[in-house]
Amino acid sequence: MPQPLNIWKETPSQTAGPYVHIGLTPSVAGLQGPFPDPGTEIAGPAARGERIAIEGVVHDRHGAPMRDCVLEIWQADARGVYNSPDDPRYGERDPALFGWGRAAADLQTGLYRFETVKPGPVPTPLPGGRTGVMAPHALLWIVARGINIGLLTRVYFADEAEANAADPILSRLEHQDRRAALIAPREAAVGAAPPVYRFDVRLGGPHETVFFDA
Amino acid sequence: MKGGGYFPRDRAWHPPPCAPGYKSSVLRSPEKPLIAHDSTLSEMTGPVFGSDRLGPLDADLIRNAMVDGEPVGPRLLVHGRVTDESGRPVPDALIEIWQANAGGRYRHVTEKYIAPLDPNFGGCGRTVTDAQGAYRFRTIQPGPYPWPNGPNDWRPAHIHFSIFGRAFAQRLITQMYFEGDPLIPHCPILNAIPDPCAVESLVAPLDRNAAMPMDALAYRFDIVLRGRRQTPFENKTEGS
Repeated sequence: MPQPLNIWKETPSQTAGPYVHIGLTPSVAGLQGPFPDPGTEIAGPAARGERIAIEGVVHDRHGAPMRDCVLEIWQADARGVYNSPDDPRYGERDPALFGWGRAAADLQTGLYRFETVKPGPVPTPLPGGRTGVMAPHALLWIVARGINIGLLTRVYFADEAEANAADPILSRLEHQDRRAALIAPREAAVGAAPPVYRFDVRLGGPHETVFFDA
Repeated sequence: MKGGGYFPRDRAWHPPPCAPGYKSSVLRSPEKPLIAHDSTLSEMTGPVFGSDRLGPLDADLIRNAMVDGEPVGPRLLVHGRVTDESGRPVPDALIEIWQANAGGRYRHVTEKYIAPLDPNFGGCGRTVTDAQGAYRFRTIQPGPYPWPNGPNDWRPAHIHFSIFGRAFAQRLITQMYFEGDPLIPHCPILNAIPDPCAVESLVAPLDRNAAMPMDALAYRFDIVLRGRRQTPFENKTEGS
């Protein structure tokens, strides 16, 4: 027997279940308190960058909207800096951007919506000691009844064609026709409302969303 | 602490996305394989939650929804530590929990189980780990309840846990079960996990030494989040 490595195993995941709102978005479950729903303000009023909304519906393999799902978003600020001490540019971050948000899909329609600012391109270390630049994007994480382990995907922006073409993650997709499922089209702004990037998530079928193991 | 990417998830240790015994997972799982890549800065970072945003009763489910008396059911202390796969404590980790009441009834707008609501019990709480990764909640023993999967499936008593580490790569939701619960071997959700050792790692033992005499029994539930590679060969001077 070789020496033991003394590595612990990660705690296994379990589904968030149908009552996920009680813990993550208590007001959606019908609870008054004990605290307000966390993650409702991703970007404060003073945050730099263009105000946008990201919205869509998560569909199961049968095409039905998953009206009970909860989604979380994690993004950099308008200059591509994360609000995390593990970002080497943490000192330059936008103090008005929290960067994380959480939303429950509408229990009737399944529509989710985040209001935030558009993130900037993010420098990142790549294998082999190289550094690359990722196109503006947000991580999107989805949990629900029936999801045994949270689904991780990325929202890219359709009006960033040049940056998307050079993105190191999009570029590694073997089936390049799957890129489209990760790129949110921009809808025309209506009145004073922020422009909406529409990001529908699909499980199964030829247009299935790309999910990551990262 | 600066470091490299996070240890890859051992997907065989987790339940597979599609586990036919748990019927809801069949239509709610991807058909295509996940696309794997090493952590980028996006996954190596994550939100930081200070304890400053917590209220004094956030971790006390016995009292945080109390209206006119004590909630019904056995009183519990649930505590443990959050560490990573290298054994390092994870401080400042936000833990959110939710659960049914002692009768197995969830306080949720869509829930219609016949067991009654407890007017003095809400069922949600949160806390942040201390410098050693330790956390504790006070709550009520949740009851088992029936659910529409097989014709007569019952969930073992459990508490849902949502945990943030310091990176989005560590984000995890799981469930804690109770030592000795006879429903554990029959649960399709728990048995979606292929390895019996992984199943056991979700079962909290009774911790008699941590019990509060004449007040509350205790269970201990330790949580392990993904570990992170060290990068000793980086061409940068430490501390610069």
